[in-house]
Amino acid sequence: MANIARNLLILAAAILSGAVFTAPAAAQNEQFIPILSYRTGPYAVNGAPYANGVADYYNLINERDGGINGVKLLVEECETSYATDKGVECYERLKSKGPTGAAFVNPLSTGITFALTEKTTADKIPIITMGYGRADSKNGAVFPYNFPFLGTYWSAADIAIQHVAKELGGFDKLKGKKISLLYHDSPYGKEPIPMLQVLAKKYGFEFTPIPVTHPGVEQKSQWLAIRQNRPDYVLVWGWGVMNSTAIKEAASVAYPRDKMIGVWWSGAEPDVTPAGDQATGYKSLMLQHGAGRFPVHADIEKYVYAKGKGSTEPGKVGEVLYNRGIVNAMLGVEAIRKAQEKFGQKPLTGEQVRWGLENLNLSDARLQELGFAGMLKPIRISCADHEGARDGRVQQWDGKGWKVISDWYTADEALIDPLVNEVSTKYAADKKLQPRDCTKES
Amino acid sequence: MIALGQFLEVLIGGLMSGVLYSLVALGFVLIFKASGVFNYAQGAMVLLAGLALVRALDLLIAQGFPFWAAIVLGIGFAAAIMATTAWLIERLVIGPLVNQDALTLFMSTIGVTFVLEGAAEMIFGSDVYPLRLFPTDAWFVFEGLFPGGILINKLDVWGALIAGILVAGLALFFQHTKTGRALRAVADDHLAAHSVGIPISWIWFVVWLVAGLVALVAATVWGTKLGVQFSITFLALKALPVLIIGGLTSIPGAIAGGLIVGAGEKIAEVFLGPSIGGGIEYWFAYVLALAVLLVRPQGLFGERIIERI
Amino acid sequence: MLYRETSQFKTTYAEDMAIFPIRQDRIALGVLLGIAFIGLPLLATFHIWPFGGDYLLWAILLPFLILALAAIGTNILVGYCGQISLGSGAFMAIGAYSAYKLATGVHIPLAWLGFAISIPPLPILASILLGGLAAAGVGILFGIPSLRIKGLYLAVATLAAQFFFDWVFLRVPWFTNYAPSGSVNAPELNFFGVVVQTPIERYLLCLTFVTVTAILAKNLVRGNLGRQWMAIRDMDIAAELIGIRPLYAKLTAFAVSSFIVGVAGALWAFVYLGSWEPLAFSLDRSLDLLFMVIIGGLGSIMGSFVGAAFILIVPIMLNLIPTELGVPLSTETITHLQLIIFGSLICYLLIKEPRGFARLISIGKEKLRLWPFPY
Repeated sequence: MANIARNLLILAAAILSGAVFTAPAAAQNEQFIPILSYRTGPYAVNGAPYANGVADYYNLINERDGGINGVKLLVEECETSYATDKGVECYERLKSKGPTGAAFVNPLSTGITFALTEKTTADKIPIITMGYGRADSKNGAVFPYNFPFLGTYWSAADIAIQHVAKELGGFDKLKGKKISLLYHDSPYGKEPIPMLQVLAKKYGFEFTPIPVTHPGVEQKSQWLAIRQNRPDYVLVWGWGVMNSTAIKEAASVAYPRDKMIGVWWSGAEPDVTPAGDQATGYKSLMLQHGAGRFPVHADIEKYVYAKGKGSTEPGKVGEVLYNRGIVNAMLGVEAIRKAQEKFGQKPLTGEQVRWGLENLNLSDARLQELGFAGMLKPIRISCADHEGARDGRVQQWDGKGWKVISDWYTADEALIDPLVNEVSTKYAADKKLQPRDCTKES
Repeated sequence: MIALGQFLEVLIGGLMSGVLYSLVALGFVLIFKASGVFNYAQGAMVLLAGLALVRALDLLIAQGFPFWAAIVLGIGFAAAIMATTAWLIERLVIGPLVNQDALTLFMSTIGVTFVLEGAAEMIFGSDVYPLRLFPTDAWFVFEGLFPGGILINKLDVWGALIAGILVAGLALFFQHTKTGRALRAVADDHLAAHSVGIPISWIWFVVWLVAGLVALVAATVWGTKLGVQFSITFLALKALPVLIIGGLTSIPGAIAGGLIVGAGEKIAEVFLGPSIGGGIEYWFAYVLALAVLLVRPQGLFGERIIERI
Repeated sequence: MLYRETSQFKTTYAEDMAIFPIRQDRIALGVLLGIAFIGLPLLATFHIWPFGGDYLLWAILLPFLILALAAIGTNILVGYCGQISLGSGAFMAIGAYSAYKLATGVHIPLAWLGFAISIPPLPILASILLGGLAAAGVGILFGIPSLRIKGLYLAVATLAAQFFFDWVFLRVPWFTNYAPSGSVNAPELNFFGVVVQTPIERYLLCLTFVTVTAILAKNLVRGNLGRQWMAIRDMDIAAELIGIRPLYAKLTAFAVSSFIVGVAGALWAFVYLGSWEPLAFSLDRSLDLLFMVIIGGLGSIMGSFVGAAFILIVPIMLNLIPTELGVPLSTETITHLQLIIFGSLICYLLIKEPRGFARLISIGKEKLRLWPFPY
């Protein structure tokens, strides 16, 4: 008994010491940025390379430039395991660290994004959801603190259908075709459905959503149904193990892989390599960038990996999700830089960074300077448009690497905006929010 | 009118995937039979075995070993890992918890699950590791009878074959070896077995070892199907209804339960699913189990529960 | 020395049967409630250590209170009535979604009958309580099999409820008011004109719910009904022989337990998360609740609190400590270590004290009574 009591005492002491240390002394000229990542659990396979990219880019800024205009970046990672409640805990843990609190958060999970939307608005901390998150948050008037950069799932759905139409030889050919959506049964997977229904009505194709229960290890019935129904295309909205399982099951029912189009979260190396040769021909959308190395990677090698500070094996630098991580980190850093132009070269609060995000404007020349030429197109954010750009391409797995097989597509704003307005207006009404007047924002 | 060809295809596919669930359920049954422990950690054991095997294989092949030698050595290594795990679990957790009630034992195996998941991923890595031991493409049979033929996945056939061999092997082991007979004695009444001189903790170690080896076999099949990765632990949840339908103590029950669950959930998903939105197979298996339990509270093949005051 | 009951004489039966027959216990509880209701909010208002930010309130105390409430509910079923349930998460979800529907207005078009059932949006308190009632109703329904199925078989059978409701709330758009993503937002927390917004207000709201429920539950389990449950738990056949109706006892346990769990679910959704999806009430939640009850102590209201604190806080602490001490470990390693240590701790506690913290507390009390002269 005494034994237990002693152990409990030690535990209690440990807990207390943990509490004492939660108030660390921070250096003054530092900008704090939290990283909400997941390197364990069912989605670690995709979460880890992304987090590596983010961490390496922040490191690069510190090592190469000595921070942003002399303001060093202070970074702390917190493991969410893709679980909403852990994500909320991480956010609360990190939001007020550093001299000015968190500059922004990017949770890499649609579920966590939904849970944080209200909290971040109340705390005045922007939430960057590049290529994921809630599609209606494109409307900055209602969602001042949400930034779904580069494309929402509604844009993705439209781009996917544009590509299908191109392969078929025109939008008129879509009529009467069968397109199925194999989706992860969660807010993430369900987001594209309303857009696809709109598109189905417009172009006259037959749309069938097929849910796959989390985490997606068992898809035999779905694929047997597909084998019978023979859709002309299957869109895959999966994450983690669901993607590679889908490809394998497709192979086993002999569904042609080149008729499968994954969203940009279903088109990275860990999604295809487990399926081996069976993945050859599989296509996916690109969130602008794909795999491969660009000038920025050379800098990362030189300033980060050469000093032994890299977060992964050098061989994995340049993978799709790694690249997405550095793109995400770069946009955040550039927003801070933009905000410093207005508020001074010092650590900024989340509210000030929000201004930088909303006025972010990266030209081709600037992207060239940053070493991202060829990965991204110019992006310009405004109060009314928090998405900034909605361009995408399509890539195909040739058994060894991803090959870009299409030109740029741009999602049709005329189609997406009515839906965005409808849903975001409803959100504002539910929450009794007064949308900002975007014409008056500078 | 449902096409007969499609129905047969779904039925066969369902039965086959049911057998794959049975592979995981078998491990549960072995341990429950011998020690009354409802081992939630079976899924984590499959992950550990799979990771150990695939990492050893990768390493050995990179060292230039021929494939067959790598396989033998890799399986040997994974088996050694499972033996160590079994010994540790028996020594540190199950032994000290002897005679506690079933709920406490169940919860302790969830604790073991956390430890195994953490340790397995820390030692062997948390990436996805492809494993290619069996063919994964499909045959199309009766193409003359039905348009498109009936699809049969080769991996499923391998899985069924392996499950058959496993059950036969276990039956022989239980019937014809000294340890096997001692195991059955312990399963019947461990106090009585103890009093006639059967070393209980040794027997429990053997049981956990056998369950670990069954997990290794399950890992070879499921690892080929999914790639070895964390999500494999979710198999435990697919195995539970199988277990309940078959009865917690019956090895043939685990196979029969697997067949029922596999066929039932696939047919429900394919033919019933579309009309109510799809994605029903997860709960359908459990509702099926619930329905079976209402008729036979100890499962189809479980031992009759006799209660006395 | 301090904890002696000498000179506390009891002259009536009622005094002897009081919840806290010892004066020191009553004082301790009073102090505890005083700290919880007045002390902590004061500290938090003036941002006195450890309330520098909202972290302690938002990320520790709020979920702790709500999960403790759910643990009390689970404990009534598992600890007092002996019916193992792995479906608590589902009942939280039922509470949350029913409350959401009631708070945003219910509209059931019965086209084939030619009319529709419409209920205008209800006040938030009514919605939460009715959400609990809805959970109780479903609880009774899923409790019926318990008359025939026992032990671990029942545990797996309750998983049917878990997975079924996970699916229902994902698939039936009516429950989410046809939100495109299936994720819903909590309505404004307006209690009789007072809008609960800040973490302190939220904390006080949950604290009130928990205190009231804990007192009610404590009295319930001491009364006739509670003794019936315990009789069923200890040996159902014997209980039946002395005239307890298993049907009534088991179903009331399911109803009361599901009600409390349902209210906790509604609070978890409305007050803590604010926006949620069915994954917030997954099987992991059910397992966590079962852990809280077992680690805390089966059949102990106090234990539910300690168990909830342990299961919620220890992993967070294990995760925090290396970073705060500046140990250079990657988050990956920390998380794996956290899993290993937490799992081992659970096994260790189960081995050393299978009856949980509640038992440790009562042993501690006995020792304290004799201290400092144990002979």
